[in-house]
Amino acid sequence: MTADRIIFLLTAGVILGSAIMVVVTRKLIHAALWLVAALFGVAILYGILQAGFLAVVQVVVYIGAIAILFIFAVMLTRKETLEKGTQTRPNWWLPGILGLIILIGLIILITGHIDFNRTAEQIPTNIDTLRLLGVALVSPDAFVLPFEIASVLLLAALVGAVFVASGKKE
Amino acid sequence: MENIIIWLIPLPPLLSFFAIILFTNKNKALSHGIAVGAAVLSWLGSMVIFIRAIGVEQFGKHVFGSSINWLPTGTSWLKIGVLIDPLSAAVIFFVAWTVLAIFVYSIGYHNFGQPKGDHDVAGLPPHGATITEHGHKHTVPSIEPMYSRFFAFISLFAFGMYTLVVSDNLLTLFIGWEIMGLCSYLLIGFWFGKPSARNAAVKAFMTTRIGDVFMLLGIAFVYSFTGSLSFKEIFKPEMLNALASTPAFLGLSAAGIIGLLLFIGSVGKSAQWPLHVWLPDAMEGPTPVSAMIHAATMVSAGVFMAIRVFPLISAGWVEGMPLNTTMSIIAFIGSFTALFAATIAVAQNDIKRVLAYSTISQLGFMIAALGIGAYVAAAFHLVTHAFFKALLFLGSGSVIHGMEHGVLHTGDHVDPQDMFNMGGLRKKMPITFWTYLIGGFALSGFPVLTAGFWSKDEIFAEAFGNGHLVVFIVLAIAAFLTAFYTMRQITLTFFGQPRSAAADHATETKWTMTLPLIVLAVFAVSFGWVGIPEHFPGIGGLFPNWFHEFVGSTLAETPGAVAFSWVPLVTSLSVALGGLFFGWLVYRKVNTPSQDFLQIPVLKNKWYFDEIYQVVFIKPASWIAETFTSLYMDQKVIDGFLHGAARFSLFLGHAFRNYFDKPVINEFIGDGTGSVVKTSGSELRKIQAGRIQYYMIASIAILVIISLLYYFILA
Amino acid sequence: MSIPLSWYLILAAALFCIGLFGVLSRKNAIAILLGIELMLNAVNINLVAFWRYQDPVKMTGQVFAIIVFAVAAAEVAVGLALIISVYRRRKTVIADEIDLMKW
Repeated sequence: MTADRIIFLLTAGVILGSAIMVVVTRKLIHAALWLVAALFGVAILYGILQAGFLAVVQVVVYIGAIAILFIFAVMLTRKETLEKGTQTRPNWWLPGILGLIILIGLIILITGHIDFNRTAEQIPTNIDTLRLLGVALVSPDAFVLPFEIASVLLLAALVGAVFVASGKKE
Repeated sequence: MENIIIWLIPLPPLLSFFAIILFTNKNKALSHGIAVGAAVLSWLGSMVIFIRAIGVEQFGKHVFGSSINWLPTGTSWLKIGVLIDPLSAAVIFFVAWTVLAIFVYSIGYHNFGQPKGDHDVAGLPPHGATITEHGHKHTVPSIEPMYSRFFAFISLFAFGMYTLVVSDNLLTLFIGWEIMGLCSYLLIGFWFGKPSARNAAVKAFMTTRIGDVFMLLGIAFVYSFTGSLSFKEIFKPEMLNALASTPAFLGLSAAGIIGLLLFIGSVGKSAQWPLHVWLPDAMEGPTPVSAMIHAATMVSAGVFMAIRVFPLISAGWVEGMPLNTTMSIIAFIGSFTALFAATIAVAQNDIKRVLAYSTISQLGFMIAALGIGAYVAAAFHLVTHAFFKALLFLGSGSVIHGMEHGVLHTGDHVDPQDMFNMGGLRKKMPITFWTYLIGGFALSGFPVLTAGFWSKDEIFAEAFGNGHLVVFIVLAIAAFLTAFYTMRQITLTFFGQPRSAAADHATETKWTMTLPLIVLAVFAVSFGWVGIPEHFPGIGGLFPNWFHEFVGSTLAETPGAVAFSWVPLVTSLSVALGGLFFGWLVYRKVNTPSQDFLQIPVLKNKWYFDEIYQVVFIKPASWIAETFTSLYMDQKVIDGFLHGAARFSLFLGHAFRNYFDKPVINEFIGDGTGSVVKTSGSELRKIQAGRIQYYMIASIAILVIISLLYYFILA
Repeated sequence: MSIPLSWYLILAAALFCIGLFGVLSRKNAIAILLGIELMLNAVNINLVAFWRYQDPVKMTGQVFAIIVFAVAAAEVAVGLALIISVYRRRKTVIADEIDLMKW
């Protein structure tokens, strides 16, 4: 039980706990806030995985934009009556069983592979992963195409969301 | 030159038939003119040929004739042609005279020149026309409505007879034979309105048909054995020897069987026992028909054909030998028929029936003569019989006409043909009387003066001289009966007092009817003198026996004349004169049938042969036709089968429709599929709830299940 | 770094299943989207873990993760816009009541 393992376990606990709270809480605002907590945990995980850029992007994009968006949406569609009564559908046990089966199956698959038990190698110190990421994102023989298309996608989403949510009557 | 004439002899009557049928049917005078003209032409041709023929030395070896190739039969030809040898020359002589006489007679018989009848219909005998003459009405005989048709038919008949006589092969002979059979049917049933005439016509045709079938078998046998149908080929000595020595069926040689089969045709045509039943009924036809068909020509054709094929019948036999089987059969049938028919003739009251049975009997004489090998005697009697029988029939027609005139005049409706209604006609119809007397004497065999004596005597001489005593005795008895019934007939008809008002008013008939009678009477007297045997006491030797030499030379060897003996001469004289005397003696006092001791039912009813045939042949045949074939087989079995098949098909159709098509295909498959789809659709659409979480749960569950299946069962 | 790869993977799997549960069993449409976010994050964890443990020099894993971020953002934006629009029309955000596309 080295230190990173303990940190990992703590982080995992946070993540999973928050996730469970997300899907269980009655009030939707609380669910959104619990999501924020889960996202924070994931950011920490990225840090442990030495993908620092991603950790920051996670916080900025996911928490800063998406989670805020969720909170706005919750606010805009809030109804008092909605939060009385159960929040889950009548047959919630069926998805539970399904999820459990899938989880158990996946765990069996994962632990069945000997290969997955290995530990990470050291990253060579002379390599700057951040710089490599930047190069990969814009170099033509790497991933510039998906990158650009992603931006087009975002544009489309932007336009679409604005249009759909504006709700003009004509 | 002669050959062309011979080929042309049958032609004028044929052309006259077509001309009358197609063109001149409406014009009576033109029709009889054409017919008689054609008969005259054929008569002329026949006379020319006859005269030329008798002028040829040894005519039997130098016959006239020619033949042409007709049917191609593979490697060779079937030839047909004409042949005039001595036999056919003699026959064509009498055929020409009798045909011409009958044609002329028919003009008067069918009352040409008389007015149309009051209610005469085509198909029934004419009934008389009422005319007003010097103030009061009386009925006179009326003209026959189907006048032209009659002449057309007898022209066709004459064509058939001429063809038969001049032909040189069995095929055209058979063609002529059948044409005459057809015409006999048409003419016997001439007055088709009378049911009795219709039935008689059918009976005649059917009965002769039976004979014709056997004859055709004989012809086929000839052809298959010899490969030819020409007389020249068949009668070659080598061929006859081959035929005589080849055994065939029933223990007879080939020649014997052929001869027998051909003879059976003759039995039918010449009305011998057992196929005699048609001839008396054939008296339903007009009298010229009876004369022509049943005296002069058609029945003579049967005997002529038998005489013609005598070489076949007698193949292997020479004079002096006992008869071979075929000849014995022929002799038996001939003599039996002669006696049998004579016994019936004595009990008949209708003037024509007597003559009909007399014909059968005389033909029996000829056949018997042929059976015992008396070739020339048979031919001789054939010719003389034709003359005097035609004379007798025409004479009886004249009598009947006279009686009918009396019937119409007095209104006394008696049967003009019943002899017991006649009497005393010799004063009323003299020409008819004298010619009829001559004919009757000729038939009875009155010595020396009549032709019948010479021909009958020759038959007796041959029978006795060759030792066929049974035949001799039977024929003698038949001859006695012949003379007896002939005199009975003459006595009842012409002598005594008129027994009815009709007979009292009878008158002589016109010259068109009496002239032929006179002509035939001349021949009936004189023709016998060409055949006087050499050894006849007194007259014999004065004239050569021309007929014997002439006709006898037809055969390969002229038959020798039989040695003279007193027995047959005396016998023939006594039976002839005795019969005549007794006939006159008995019947000059008889006035009614009850006084006639010979009206025995068996004889009157023709030994019940008609009834026997009715039961044995006709009833079963009509049963087979009407009940068995028509009702049982055709209607019940075949139609029943068809109806059953139809019903079955209908049933199948219904079954298919109702039990398969409607329930299974329409409802189950057709409507069923539709309703299954509809129901399943209406059930299944509930899956589409519109709620995405349903969809997602369902898809993930199925995914899980499939992966579980994969991992645990398949992998 | 002595954490076995399998631990990351199990964590991701668990997070994924929790997200799945949320998607399938929550009534509120926005809650469903929250579940989807959790699932996306689980995927991202998987990607980055594999990047780190497979070949950290090749940037494929991280790039993929970044694309996922972008897609997630776009999707959330559009989804929430749709939910708001639907809310305006039908005055409801309960997924089960938005069933116009039913039979």
